[in-house]
Amino acid sequence: MPQDLPAGPKSTTAKYWRKPLDADTVKVPHGEIHIVVNRCKGCLFCVEYCPREVLEISEDFNVKGYHFPEVSKDDACVNCGLCEMLCPEFAIFCVLDEEEGGGEG
Amino acid sequence: MTKEATLEPELSHPMDDLLRMDRIPHIWCPTCGLGTVVTAFASAIEKLQLGLDDITVVSGIGCTGRVAGYVKIDSFHTTHGRAIPFATGLHLANPKLKTVVISGDGDLISIGGNHFIHAARRNVDLTVICVNNFIYAMTGGQVAPTTPLTANASTMPYGNFEQPFSIPYLADSCGAVYVARWSALHVRRLVTAIAEAIAKPGFSVVEVISPCSTLYSRRNRLGSGLDLMRFYHDNCEIKHGADTRELAIGFQEKITVGKFIDRDRPTFVESMNNWYGKVFGDEYEPYEGSVK
Amino acid sequence: MTADPKGVLTGAHYLDGDHAAAEGALAAGCRFLAGYPITPSTEVAERFAARIPKVGGCFIQMEDELGSMAAILGAAWAGAKSMTVTSGPGFSLMMENLGLGIMMEVPTVLINVQRGGPSTGLPTLPGQADIMQARWGSHGDYEIIAVAPSSPQEAFDYMIMAFNFSEKYRVPTLVMMDECVGHMTEKIVIPEPEEIEIVPRKYYDGPKEDYLPYNVDTDMIPWMVKAGDGYRFHTTGLTHDERGYPVMNAECQDKLVNRLLDKIRSRVDEIVVLEEDQIEGADTVVISYGISSRVAIPAIEQARADGMKVGSLRMVTVWPFPENRIRDLAQKIGKFVVVELNCGQMYYEVERAAAGNAETLLVPHAGGWVHDSEDIYQAIKGGER
Repeated sequence: MPQDLPAGPKSTTAKYWRKPLDADTVKVPHGEIHIVVNRCKGCLFCVEYCPREVLEISEDFNVKGYHFPEVSKDDACVNCGLCEMLCPEFAIFCVLDEEEGGGEG
Repeated sequence: MTKEATLEPELSHPMDDLLRMDRIPHIWCPTCGLGTVVTAFASAIEKLQLGLDDITVVSGIGCTGRVAGYVKIDSFHTTHGRAIPFATGLHLANPKLKTVVISGDGDLISIGGNHFIHAARRNVDLTVICVNNFIYAMTGGQVAPTTPLTANASTMPYGNFEQPFSIPYLADSCGAVYVARWSALHVRRLVTAIAEAIAKPGFSVVEVISPCSTLYSRRNRLGSGLDLMRFYHDNCEIKHGADTRELAIGFQEKITVGKFIDRDRPTFVESMNNWYGKVFGDEYEPYEGSVK
Repeated sequence: MTADPKGVLTGAHYLDGDHAAAEGALAAGCRFLAGYPITPSTEVAERFAARIPKVGGCFIQMEDELGSMAAILGAAWAGAKSMTVTSGPGFSLMMENLGLGIMMEVPTVLINVQRGGPSTGLPTLPGQADIMQARWGSHGDYEIIAVAPSSPQEAFDYMIMAFNFSEKYRVPTLVMMDECVGHMTEKIVIPEPEEIEIVPRKYYDGPKEDYLPYNVDTDMIPWMVKAGDGYRFHTTGLTHDERGYPVMNAECQDKLVNRLLDKIRSRVDEIVVLEEDQIEGADTVVISYGISSRVAIPAIEQARADGMKVGSLRMVTVWPFPENRIRDLAQKIGKFVVVELNCGQMYYEVERAAAGNAETLLVPHAGGWVHDSEDIYQAIKGGER
């Protein structure tokens, strides 16, 4: 397997200095987030680490008495799946929304 | 609130097929990282496209020891410290199975320390996922062989004065062929590391730094598990191929993560077959398991 | 089912008890031994290590006895017939995972070639002082099966018996040898493979979705599967239900522990093997096992020559204890004489079962050598030593 090297100076998250040539052909995926509300124990890993800040803490309690996450910016999810991977309770997952391929990059 | 509502998941999660759903919710505390490690392990199996009947999990005792009970594959919850020798027997009787040991730092490095170093020396083809939360959590926060100096534990009530083990250094010096360390926050890297470790023939070790909110964090006034995740975010430094002598972890100090060792060495079974092949020639039938 | 010819060294041999035990294991189909060197048991592992590359199997010298015992449980779950071998100090270390084997109901065999204790005691000299440890050494309530050979031939034969017990009842089975038997060299005859009866493992073959690892029928013995067979089972040393899942309450504990006990207790008469000689009409019965039963022979013969009515009861299986037989005999005889290389272990079991109906005398010996036959004779004769 290839060595997973740290990001070099050319691949940082710095803003593009010009618009990529294929920007209008690349579709940013859109994910649909599903939350199994009653499994949540309110750790907030998903809310904290969502790179697009899609989630927020609900004001409601689930049956266990925890504040669970809610989708606040549905359009913003790019189906990266980080929330699903970080969730220690198997309570949140994303499904690629095939219909809404997403806007232009 | 009804009991049904508590137990019945409203939706089916993609992980459900890999979990013993009749045992969920698990026993781990809110903001514990163990659930995340289970997801990473399952994702690694998926990544490798391994059949669920080709892999088996052995755990010892402790919070991490409970992993074996939640994954829906052949799984063994053994005695304290003995996951590696149990897995050694399992693997040697059927070397075709991928045998993965998932256990904690206290289980593998303290009471099971002797087994760890010898399995590494012999290069038994096992994958060891050692979840390091720096403390004995299930028994109530006692000092572990990984507790950083000065950190508080219930049996080090004035702070730890014992030098801890650095797991990657230990694994490297004993001959492990693959050694990586990630935190529960580095979940994608962790999936890659676990997948690489499983695919690698020989004794491979993945240390996972994982938050324990109830004991380690509370005793040391470090906030919740989320605060520990934030700490990992700000203080983990990725350094692939780092010298394993420089991977010690100080209390609330920088944590070096990465893939440190990836080398090739014949496994126990390969060595045995190679040697007996030389000694006995064609008379020797290479060993492929004691199971018919 | 009969033995796999590959492991059977048919013919007459001149072997010590340790080597004979290794041959017995191979004849029984054992193909995995994990062990750690300890006098006077090491020759079992040495013989196995020398033979196994040619038979096809695996020997591993583990880092300690804790690991050895754990490894043979893992190997059994993968489908191997497995064993380990040790002596007193190592036996103490194995108690931990012997308990796991009992709890997980693992068919496997453990040889203890007993030496003098406590602690490191007398490494090269005999003892039989681990006989109660064999019964009660691991924590918690359990029942176990143990056999005690008194010669190299029996070391071979009883190994096969031990493997068959372990498979039949799904319980780790102990072979309680002693240094004398282990290091005594005699002629042994290994039969043809087809003459060796082998009890196969009780494997499950029903629909996968219905499999529960600790579901039992009226025989109380669960069906086993191998890791990797697709049953996706779980097993634990914790108190568990039929699914093998931990259940932390008194009801589950009651059900599980009582089944573990009853699967042996309800079959004591089926399991127990005793060699009785001239018991009918005897006034005195000499009870012994292992090497002590051979040392007792001249004393018994001398007493009979003197006109005393002496019977001999030699325990082939030492555990489970032949409670009913001893109770029954106590009604008919005057005295039991218990001969063992310790300062009173099986003696208390006999005394308990005799329940005052017959006198029970111990011929003690702290170990390090065997009894003087004269001491046994005096006990038979007058009750005084």
